[in-house]
Amino acid sequence: MRFKIYRYNPDTDTEPYMQEVELKETHPGMMLRDALLALKEQDPSLSFRHSCGEGVCGSDGMNINGKNGLSCITPLAELKEPIEIRPLPGRPVIRDLVVDMGDFFDQYRAVKPYQIRKDPQKDVEILQSPIDRDKLDGLYECILCGCCSTACPSFWWNPKRFLGPAALLQSWRFLTDTRDQAEQERLDDLDGPYKLFRCHTIMNCLDVCPKGLSPTSAIGKIKELMLKKAI
Amino acid sequence: MTKIAKRVFDTLILGAGGAGLRAALQLSQADAQVAVVSKVFPTRSHTVAAQGGVNAALANVSEDNWHWHMYDTIKGSDYLGDQDAIEYMCRAASKLVYELEHYGVPFSRLDNGKIYQRPFGGQSQNFGASQATRTCAAADRTGHAILHTLYQQNIRAKSHFFDEYFAIDLLRDDEGTFLGALVIDIATGEPLVIEAKTTFIATGGCGQLFRTTTNAHINTGDGMAMALRAGVPLQDMEFFQFHPTGIAGKGMLITEGARGEGGYLLNKDGERFMERYAPNVKDLASRDVVSRAIATEVREGRGCGPKGDHVMLQIAHLGADVVKKRLPGIRDLCQTFLHIDPIDTAIPVFPTAHYVMGGIPTDRHGQVVATFHDGPEEVVSGLYAAGECACVSVHGANRLGGNSLLDILVFGRAAGNQIIKHLKEHRYHKPLQEDAIDKAMQRLERWDKKGEGESVATLKAELKQVMENHCSVFRTAVVMQEGVDEIKKIRERLKDARLQDHSRVFNTSRIEALELENLVDISMATMLGALAREESRGAHSRIDFPTRDDKTWMKHSLYHLDGDRLDFKPVRTKPLTVETFPPKERVY
Repeated sequence: MRFKIYRYNPDTDTEPYMQEVELKETHPGMMLRDALLALKEQDPSLSFRHSCGEGVCGSDGMNINGKNGLSCITPLAELKEPIEIRPLPGRPVIRDLVVDMGDFFDQYRAVKPYQIRKDPQKDVEILQSPIDRDKLDGLYECILCGCCSTACPSFWWNPKRFLGPAALLQSWRFLTDTRDQAEQERLDDLDGPYKLFRCHTIMNCLDVCPKGLSPTSAIGKIKELMLKKAI
Repeated sequence: MTKIAKRVFDTLILGAGGAGLRAALQLSQADAQVAVVSKVFPTRSHTVAAQGGVNAALANVSEDNWHWHMYDTIKGSDYLGDQDAIEYMCRAASKLVYELEHYGVPFSRLDNGKIYQRPFGGQSQNFGASQATRTCAAADRTGHAILHTLYQQNIRAKSHFFDEYFAIDLLRDDEGTFLGALVIDIATGEPLVIEAKTTFIATGGCGQLFRTTTNAHINTGDGMAMALRAGVPLQDMEFFQFHPTGIAGKGMLITEGARGEGGYLLNKDGERFMERYAPNVKDLASRDVVSRAIATEVREGRGCGPKGDHVMLQIAHLGADVVKKRLPGIRDLCQTFLHIDPIDTAIPVFPTAHYVMGGIPTDRHGQVVATFHDGPEEVVSGLYAAGECACVSVHGANRLGGNSLLDILVFGRAAGNQIIKHLKEHRYHKPLQEDAIDKAMQRLERWDKKGEGESVATLKAELKQVMENHCSVFRTAVVMQEGVDEIKKIRERLKDARLQDHSRVFNTSRIEALELENLVDISMATMLGALAREESRGAHSRIDFPTRDDKTWMKHSLYHLDGDRLDFKPVRTKPLTVETFPPKERVY
């Protein structure tokens, strides 16, 4: 199987290049991560992040034949050769497929991604109906892999001012949680032309999300709620 | 030698899984200066992969109380668990689950709005009389929900994170007080000394010891090995849990919740074979019991598939709604890795290396305890541990499903509180001598040696194969002795291994070399402990010693790196307030 892999080691390379490599042995059911690990045995200098191998830790987001995804749940058999592997787009490259996700996490932290309660704390659970709990499905499962935000042209242009799909998905996750008591504060924080409104519903985010989540609809719901509050 | 940068904090936490983050939160909320070092971004920690839930006797579904939970945990531990620590954990469980809920964990809900609970293996009402429903769940993504929530609360509490920093070794002074650690920034390869009045190890497990494992690439037992090198022993390392239902041949975890929701196991004859091994609770027996049953079915020729090397887990009869609602994550896994939908097809499963019951010995306050120079057990000054890397011991010889998420919460918090107390009593940092740092640096610099040598990847693959072949579900002296010899050879060969890549920036080869050193030391602890323990108890099953021997072996093993030495200490059979549960025959 033939690969073209983005390589750049600031210690030894003056500029990045695409390396053509071949993997002799493949097996049925092999995932892209397995292939990258086998290639790393051939050339230990190949660097990429990975850990759980089952799509829950979110370490191994990368650009695979032009589309962002997780290597560990991308079957090799479904990929056209030569398989072109690049780091997640629009982020500074640290080395090979490893990018600096600093801005991405800064934006995540900026939406106050934690439950805020103002009522005194009880010594039992806060009740929540199954219907209200269902509203969190499709939101809480985010693994912060960054595939969505780094596929978003608005985030490429304004990574420090536009919060990006991943952070906004989390914003809605707390806005829609019946237990959270900071709705107005959260909406006020999203005010202005950039943080939320740079989303132009290009919808790359939901196209690439490896967990099948839809930041676009979450963003739509935030906008709806804002509108409702404004009138 | 160039001067190494230094940072000073009250507390250094190694590891940002559930235990590390729970302790960090406790400390940050108390205005302590906390540094959390993690070799991966915190939400990548392996707590994220826990599926089924966390045990607490909330009694939301059926009558329950902490005393029954305590009994189940002790019985599940095959009477090797320390009963004071187990009482402490089970008493604290409800409070800590409610607290998580207040932090925002999106628990699934019952119709009355309370937290959803499901039955899990080994849990009972009324001291073994009937099945309990004790495991609090967020669908089958409970670990993910808890880890993300704890990280989020740490953002709120402004804990200080060193993301993608790898700890090389612990630092201590001549008096034996622990004063922080030498770490490296993976992105730049630069070393950094983090000085702290207390150091808390929460580095998780070591499932990478085995070829087929539910554990992630990062689970290399770094903290346990650091403790060993610092002269702290490891306790009960022979007890390694094989989860009954890993995806056969691949290892991904299929939660015990699948059986909790009503799933069952089948052999090639379509027989529900657990009825023979555990007539009362069948598929919801303790994990060790179910794993042995599956391995026995396969050994006796009743396995499924062309090679007869696995059994099937059936959940199709639960119906599409239950599977989609309660087990969406494992449905995803089956679709991705097996190209089957468990709504209509059974899942091939086999026991898979999952969890180490043993670890760094601690008391119930998370303080590391050890014996030095054959004296009585004492608290190791400045050093704390909790979670899978530690051994309190609440899991004894076999952990109950749903008790590991509980363990990290209870003892992460307890250690946090104990550290706060320590910080109040110790206002100033003790001086850190340069030679302690030099020694730690040698471990790093050893890998700068250039030239020909074996590769780390080759040795790691061999080690994992040796562990799988020689220290698996069923064990015998002959096979394990061979295993010890093999590990000794690998340990020698590792000294001459070389890296091909000596660059500084994000050098994952170098990290993997350091991780392999950690694994080799832990594999020896595991294999020697298992060889020495001439009985069958919990997860440790000896074909040559098939019964439990309470007269000789109701004791904890302690492995010391120095001289590959083993010694022992008694089980703490006296609970805090209630009567002791004396050892009984274990029937499910």
